[in-house]
Amino acid sequence: MIKLNPKLSQKLSYTLLFMATMLAIIPVLVIIFFIVKNGASSISWEFLTSMPRNGMRAGGILPAIVGTFSIVVCAIIITLPIGVCAAIYLNEYAKDNLLTRIIKLAIVNLAGVPSVVYGLFGLGIFVMFLKLGVSIIAGALTLSIMELPVIITTAKGALNSVPQSFREASLSLGVTRWQTIRYVVLPNALPGILTGAILSIARISGETAPILFTVAVFYVPNLPNSIFDQVMTLPYHLYIVSTQIPNMPKNVIYGTTLVLMMMVLTMSFVAIFGRAYFRKHRKW
Amino acid sequence: MRKSLDYIIETIIFICGMLSIIFVVLIFSFLLKEGLSFFKDFSFIKFITNQFWYPNSKIPSFGILPLICGSVLVTLGACLIAVPIGVMTALFISEIAPKGVRDILKSLVELMAAIPSVVIGFVGMVTIVPVVKNIFNLPTGLSAFSGSIMLGFMAVPTIVTISEDAIRSVPGQYKEGALALGATKWQTLRRIVLKAAMPGIIAAIMLGIGRVIGETMAVMMITGNAAHVPHSIFDPIRTMTSTIAAEMGETVRGGMHYKSLFAIGLVLFLITFIVNFIADLFLGKNKNL
Repeated sequence: MIKLNPKLSQKLSYTLLFMATMLAIIPVLVIIFFIVKNGASSISWEFLTSMPRNGMRAGGILPAIVGTFSIVVCAIIITLPIGVCAAIYLNEYAKDNLLTRIIKLAIVNLAGVPSVVYGLFGLGIFVMFLKLGVSIIAGALTLSIMELPVIITTAKGALNSVPQSFREASLSLGVTRWQTIRYVVLPNALPGILTGAILSIARISGETAPILFTVAVFYVPNLPNSIFDQVMTLPYHLYIVSTQIPNMPKNVIYGTTLVLMMMVLTMSFVAIFGRAYFRKHRKW
Repeated sequence: MRKSLDYIIETIIFICGMLSIIFVVLIFSFLLKEGLSFFKDFSFIKFITNQFWYPNSKIPSFGILPLICGSVLVTLGACLIAVPIGVMTALFISEIAPKGVRDILKSLVELMAAIPSVVIGFVGMVTIVPVVKNIFNLPTGLSAFSGSIMLGFMAVPTIVTISEDAIRSVPGQYKEGALALGATKWQTLRRIVLKAAMPGIIAAIMLGIGRVIGETMAVMMITGNAAHVPHSIFDPIRTMTSTIAAEMGETVRGGMHYKSLFAIGLVLFLITFIVNFIADLFLGKNKNL
């Protein structure tokens, strides 16, 4: 083997690493550019606010937008309080023992369960066993269990970043542990918890597999009235129009893709910038 | 009053803390119940080793060997792409990139994870698939190869984020020691930092694999959905996840086909459980550094 001059080999390796980084970044930029370029022309007020017509080949995607919105709102209402409480338990109360270790392992595994398995579980438990039927609430419950590990992890990180001295100062004034958490720790951790919540919302708005059998339907003629209705959703609609219906006009597909992607990316950006902002402006 | 209120709230918090365990157990036992009732009528050995997945023929055959092969093939292909790119990117971002652009690069890498898999599936369908078909002169571009490319890029953010944490947590003294002995920065990185961060990097790779195995929508849209044992990476294939997603809608609730999909779910759950457990072991090791 030829022995390279260490300086030269450093230069070569750095170039290689730089190229790998570009390979990691460029595809996502290409995807975004591709969708925006092809989809921009189909976005109009009518596309966003009218019902699909003509076998979904014309008209708008309003029911899919409303459907996604309603599922996501329900899911976050369910999962956020539970996740934050679980994070409080882990960060403020849990001792370093076997139980805590098992909880952490459970969280890691919940995060790793494939999304389609959540779909199966939701179908079995919520749709069939609890007889909720294919409905917003069944889908939202499924998604909320799926999002729980993400919420717990981010909320725990936010709680953990509140300095210990804050707690000690509060406890030394004679208030209880819960009051300390409620009035000192939580307010300081709130920005972190909220950015985590927004990231979760972004993620579940794009999820398809868990809602396939629990809430999403091919087509409904009207908007949902209650949480027991079936709805169309953006990701499922995209799946349908891009693979299941022949001769689908391209502009409907690209338009739907663009709306879904912009929704998810906007929320992700808000969360990322929010996190950066709060990090700069925090009190410690 | 105050005390009892605190007590109630702390109890609620404790229950929420336990919920993760309860959900894991609930999911597992539910899949197990449906799966076991399937295995009463169809032997587990045949389920794993039979090469034919014909759930709807007159004498149905529920062999998931082709589905397992499909999942393994796509996962291997995706790893060949994601592991080198992911680890190298993590090294670049954490050790080489100028401080100012570090966060920007990291956010850009993570952006990929934010894009819904159904969008990635659609983009793959209209871009990669025709290109693969033309370059390799195949009857269809919907193949394990196309799927591997898209899934590889989807796994990159997972590998980068976790490897980067591991690389950053290598103590500064290790590097200083090597540099003081006259090693170049690259020699230090390759021989010291990479070695010390290895448990974390392996954990990152495991989690990346977990993500690829569990991926459903993109894989269903790109890999061609042909349930047979593949002969090459350019064959259309079908994975375990896409079988569940594609067929659940047509099954009779409570029938054999329905239960067989839960049995596949059980197999998937066990695989990801093991993968995550290994990742967790390696992450635990990394902390003792």
